[in-house]
Amino acid sequence: MSVSLPGAGQERFRPRLARRHRTGRIFRYLCLASIAFSVAVLIALLVDVAVDGLRWLSLDFLTRYPSRIPARAGIKSAILGSLWMMGLTAAMSFPLGVGAAIYLEEYSKKNRLTGLIQTNIANLAGVPSIVYGILGLAIFVRYLGFGRSVLAGAATLALLVLPVVIISAQEAIRAVPTSLREAAYGVGATRWQTVRHHVLPVAMPGILTGMILSLSRAIGETAPLIMIGALTFIAFPPTSPMDPFTVLPIQIFNWTAKPQAEFHELAAGAIIVLLVVLLLMNASAIVMRNRYRARRDQ
Amino acid sequence: MIATLLFACGLVSVLTTIGIVVVLVTESVGFFRQVPIREFLTGTRWAPLFSDQAFGILPLLNGTLLIAFGSMVIALPVGLTSAIYMSEYASPRVRGTVKPILEVLAGIPTVVYGYFALMFVTPIIRQVFPGTGIYNAAAGAIVVGIMIIPMVASLSEDALSAVPRALREAAYGLGATRFEVSTRVVVPAALSGIAASFILAISRAVGETMAVTLAAGATPRMTLNFLESVQTMTAYIVQVSLGETPHGSLEYQTIFAVGLVLFVITLGMNVVSNRITARFREAYE
Repeated sequence: MSVSLPGAGQERFRPRLARRHRTGRIFRYLCLASIAFSVAVLIALLVDVAVDGLRWLSLDFLTRYPSRIPARAGIKSAILGSLWMMGLTAAMSFPLGVGAAIYLEEYSKKNRLTGLIQTNIANLAGVPSIVYGILGLAIFVRYLGFGRSVLAGAATLALLVLPVVIISAQEAIRAVPTSLREAAYGVGATRWQTVRHHVLPVAMPGILTGMILSLSRAIGETAPLIMIGALTFIAFPPTSPMDPFTVLPIQIFNWTAKPQAEFHELAAGAIIVLLVVLLLMNASAIVMRNRYRARRDQ
Repeated sequence: MIATLLFACGLVSVLTTIGIVVVLVTESVGFFRQVPIREFLTGTRWAPLFSDQAFGILPLLNGTLLIAFGSMVIALPVGLTSAIYMSEYASPRVRGTVKPILEVLAGIPTVVYGYFALMFVTPIIRQVFPGTGIYNAAAGAIVVGIMIIPMVASLSEDALSAVPRALREAAYGLGATRFEVSTRVVVPAALSGIAASFILAISRAVGETMAVTLAAGATPRMTLNFLESVQTMTAYIVQVSLGETPHGSLEYQTIFAVGLVLFVITLGMNVVSNRITARFREAYE
């Protein structure tokens, strides 16, 4: 291989190759270090919370109401409040979100109004959650007179998660093969019959996965609920949508903001409960997604 | 009939936007009747809850931008290099483990990050810099940065993966190393997508509430010192709504004026980011 290139270029080339590879290796380690950083933070966070909070976890902790005395405090009202909140939020955002997604994917014409709605949804997804809290305070708490109730909180969270519900439902509906729709139209089904009996059943697992992920965002939301006036100390569970309430994240916020170390440990205990709930929600979403994939691939 | 009903569902999102704008603007108008806009936008003292009132938003803006800047110093390099690793270096198996970890980090509620800032990050900062208060901008900026890493990583990776294979192979064919292909071909080709993800990340940092409320404190202040306590716009809104401020008072209306500024800033950045992404998509399809 004695090709004689103009001498100078070749001489400079060889020594640099080793350096270029070395730079490449260093860069590779840098990138790896970035990922290691995220992993380390996650471990530190989980260990920190576990060390602080595990010893408070007990059946009593789950079934007692908050108390000014740390040893007697529990998160029953927060858990029940969060359950109420999730139920109502899902009941409101699911039909609205799926309805909007069906409209955008199956009914709308490609015109400026549709484009406007679509852009609007994308932009709404980036609005800070506390701004939804301000909206909820003005519209639901004051204007519609819901007061500082579960209903006002759930309506606010429903609007907050709506963009995510719509976008994920749209993706699920879009993934349904066109041939299915054409077969339905071919045997004389109307547009609604096609959607109702053929598109929706196939898209449902995808829609539900998106719904669960949206709710797992809603269950951790704190700021908008503080805005609409969720109480930080509440010693009874809500019995109707018009009752005042607290939720897990607000209980955590309240305990973390107190100066005494015992309350910080209680906060850590409540965080463990919240993270376990989140884990269960995400796991069920993943299971549903995988089952859906397996069935589709058959 | 059904079509109309479905259309109404689609309209709810538009009504939400209109609702936000109408609420923020009408309540702010009441506020600006008593406080001149100029004083609000250029004043350097924010003290609506004291008897000696002052309504200059600059200290809140200062706190917000300080936290946003600090968090970006962490989130942008770490997020981008993570994205490069996952898109250009990682085997499918490694990617399969790292992606869920980032998703878990992204799914942790912000109030939990607030707890982590106060109980884990702040003590470390106080050991390194003795004399730092319990509430400081650094702890807030660090955890906000951490919580935004997954978003930067995932959006940037999407942009990097969208770069056509042919570009990479052409560069390899010319004898470039993997590092050179990544940094001089793939990253420049994906630059608009990366920029869009960065802008979205800043917007998230500006709107982040619970972690900064817990970690950075409640002292509106003009400062560039990360070891001092600051107050962000979001933390101020939370502070007022936790207090006993009577409905309809001037103090109460401040949350709408501050909320309006927050909304305009974040919406502006989101629109710019979406525009960039939309244009970028046309480039390779």
